[in-house]
Order: sequence, then C-alpha cells, then structure tokens
Amino acid sequence: MDRATAVSLAEWLIRAEVEKREVTRITERYPELTVEDAYQIQEVLVGKKLEQGYRIVGPKMGLTSRAKMKQMNVDEPIYGFIFDYMVVSGGEISFCDLIHPKVEAEIAFVLGRDVEGPGVTGAQVLAATAHVMPALEIIDSRYERFHFTLPDVIADNASSSRVVFGTTLKRPDELELDLVGVTLSINGELKEMGAGAAVLGHPANSVAMLANMLARKGLKLKAGQTILTGGITGAVMLQPGDVVSARLDGLGSVGFLVRA
Amino acid sequence: MSASQKAVELADHLARAASEGRGVQPITALDPAITEKEAYDVQLVTIQRKIQEGRRVVGKKIGLTSLAMQKLLGVDQPDYGHLLDDMVVENGGEIPWHRVLQPRVEGEIAFVLKRDLIGPQVTELDVLLATDYVLPALEIVDSRVADWKIALPDTVADNASSGLYVLGGKPVPVDRVDLAQIGMVLYKNGEIANTGVGAAALGSPAACVAWLANKLFEFGIPLKAGEVILSGALSAAVNAAPGDHFRARFAHLGEVSVRFASLK
Repeated sequence: MDRATAVSLAEWLIRAEVEKREVTRITERYPELTVEDAYQIQEVLVGKKLEQGYRIVGPKMGLTSRAKMKQMNVDEPIYGFIFDYMVVSGGEISFCDLIHPKVEAEIAFVLGRDVEGPGVTGAQVLAATAHVMPALEIIDSRYERFHFTLPDVIADNASSSRVVFGTTLKRPDELELDLVGVTLSINGELKEMGAGAAVLGHPANSVAMLANMLARKGLKLKAGQTILTGGITGAVMLQPGDVVSARLDGLGSVGFLVRA
Repeated sequence: MSASQKAVELADHLARAASEGRGVQPITALDPAITEKEAYDVQLVTIQRKIQEGRRVVGKKIGLTSLAMQKLLGVDQPDYGHLLDDMVVENGGEIPWHRVLQPRVEGEIAFVLKRDLIGPQVTELDVLLATDYVLPALEIVDSRVADWKIALPDTVADNASSGLYVLGGKPVPVDRVDLAQIGMVLYKNGEIANTGVGAAALGSPAACVAWLANKLFEFGIPLKAGEVILSGALSAAVNAAPGDHFRARFAHLGEVSVRFASLK
C-alpha cells in the first residue's frame, strides 16, 4: 500500500473517532488489504496522534481469547496503542463522546524494565513486571455495527477508545494470574465472567507475545509502560446510565459510570 | 412412604438405560404433564432402590446453577440429585468407559459441612458458617436420556444427570477464600477447554448450597454434617470421549484430574 493511501485512511479513521460516527469498513473499498498494510495505517494513525501532542500510555492486546481468534479466523492476537486522553479519571465516561462502546475486564501490567523480543516468554515478563492491576477497557470500533475483518480492526488501532484503571496494585508474584476469577457486572447484574487463563493461557503470555510481535518492527516494551493484556470476560455493550463494575480475585474492583 | 405406581414405572424406564447401555426416551415423552414434584418422586424411587442394593448416600449435587443452563431448559431455579458412595473416583484415577453413557465434565467447588443445615430459611452466611472446608471437584455428569434431550423433569427424575465425581486439591476453610471470585481453568487433553469463576453458580457457590438446604426442607431431608455437596458448574460442561484426560486448576484450592479409559 502506498504511503498516501495509508495516510488518507488513517486520517479518515481519526476523523470518525473525533466526529463520533461510524464508517464503512476499509476492506469494503480495499478488499485486498493485508495485515501488513493495516499495521502501516495504524502506524500513521499513531504518529498523527503523537503529532497532536498525545502521549502513549502503552500498547494493548486484542483478540487474545481462543473464542475471538476462532471467530476472526486468526491464530495471532493484534495490538494497538492506548493514549493519555483515553485514560478515564473521575470514574465517569460520557456516552455522547463515543460511538457504540463496549466494555471488557482485563489485567493491566506496569513494566519495571524494558522487555525486548524476539523469544520473550511469560516468565521473563513476570520478572520484568513492577505491578499488575485491574482494568476496564472500553472498546469502540469506528466501523458500522462493530463489523470488521482482521485488517480493518488493526488499522482502527484495535478499537481502542477508553480505559479505567483500578487502584489495587499488586506485584505479579503475589497472585496466580491465570487463576484470577473475574466478574463483570452492569447495574448490579452479573454479565460476563472468566479466569485469567482466558487470555492466551496466562496474561503474562499476552505481554510476551506482544513483545515478540513488536520485535518484528524493531520496537520494544519500555519500563513504565502500562499494558492491557486482553479481555478476560466477553465484551458487553454499554448504555447511558450504566454503572459498570468488575471484581478480580486478589486485585479488588474497578468501575465507572456511563453518563448520558 | 409408598411411591406412586407412575413413579415406579418411570424409574424402571430410566433404569433400562443402565441395563441396556444406551440412553432411553425422555420421561416427558411418556408423560408430558409430569410435574417437578413427581419427577423428584421418580428420583427418590431410584435412590431408595440403590440403598436397598447396599449403596449409601454420601452427599448431594446441585445442577442447573448457571443462567445459561437455566435459560436453555426454561427454568428459573436449580435442581438437585443424590451422590452415592460408588460415584466417587480417586483424584488422578481412570474411569472405565462402561461406567458412563454420554459423559460431560464440569469443574466445581465441593463443600463438606461440619454442621447440619436445615431449611427453610438457610442463608448464604449460614452455609459459610456451617462449612468445614471446600475442595476442587470434577463432576462427570451423564444422562440416561438419549442424546441429552432433557427438559427439567427429565433431569430431575434422572438424579439431576449425576454420573461420577472426583475430589482433589486440598481442604481449604472458607474464611481463606472469596468463593465467588475463585478462578478455574478446565483442561481437556492438556488444552484449555474453558475458564470459569465461582460466581458462575448463582452468583456464589454458597448461595447454591443455601438453595439446596431450603429445597431439601420441602422433602423433609436434612443436609448433614460430613456430606459432600457439589455446588454447581463454574463453566460449561465439556464432552468426554474414551482416552480423554481432564484436569481443573482452581485458585487457592489446587487441582483435580481424571482420565477416561481408552477402548481396547
């Protein structure tokens, strides 16, 4: 894909996000779009946000559950980037700032040291991790009805939109992260649940795979970055007025309110 | 207590599954109007017979504890069955294929009580205070009904689709864990089949046991100290075939495993 096309598609996706409206998926117009093309578009999109003065909080992993990978017919997860403007403070999001948001519960890692692939394993990630904490990720695909193919979602920064971090920080050796039970409730009603192992067998494996994927581009995970490892629960559609809360065994709880 | 002729006949019908080695027609096909109460009568006839044959009741199991299963069967409450002494399989043990018909495997939390629990007003807190310890368990559910074509009365009459069960891990007192948040991973042949969490069972495994104590009160049956109670699946049941190996790991409780013998 030539650079000019990648730039125009990245700008188009940024506009959709800023103007809070759905757009037709890219592969309708470019059925031949490859995963490599898609990451090129994502790279331009990320570069533009940096130019606008936003800061990267850390990368995030998507499609980390076997069910989602099967559904998308892929054998590798995808990544995107979380920016500072996406981090929710004050425990509230505004529905009118978003298109058709969904929420999922995850475990976030804060790295104490750089992690550089290839060949990184989950154990090495745990050794390099300063803290883990609970997180609620709000995904908001810019595509109509959340319908997309793999290259579409990659170009769209892996549907990244908002994130709410919990305040219970633990060292990773204090927990068996694959056995952490997670429940996601909306307005007090239990909606989705799972255990840490739903993410590639262990959330640390997700970070390791991320480091190895970034290594192909000559990138590494940096000390201080906060990484979203992927949804442990299924994603639930949000509505104005929803009170969202997740509990994670040993990691406390995290929640937010959806303002109209 | 003499059982109705109908209950005896339906118990005979279900017993044919074991003697013939294959599933039978659902009882709701023979008697579409059968009530839940009448279905429990059928279950009790079967259990009485087994006791006469020398079996002993060692506990209870609670079924249909997940919202998904309740929706599937169009019910809004769980059901229960009896655990007999010959249903238990040693942790790490092997199950001969002739002992099952169409087995499925679930990971659950098992309770052992230190005090009797008697309804009708048993609460979740009462359950926690009366529990000696909890254990990780694999339940091998099975149906005497061909192709698992069950409605609520079918599974109730069929001892809540009980099969076999395996207890493992280590006994853990309930004040060490938050039962609703215990995570579980179920592996089939070394691969993750699914993951679950305590809350999958009616919001909390202890709530399931409270439901059981209150339900048993309707039948004049106490929940006794020392009984094993399988409190309900933490994730979807997984089909088992000869040669399959199942293992479940639970946060704080350890693990439990079992193998189905290969066909020779």
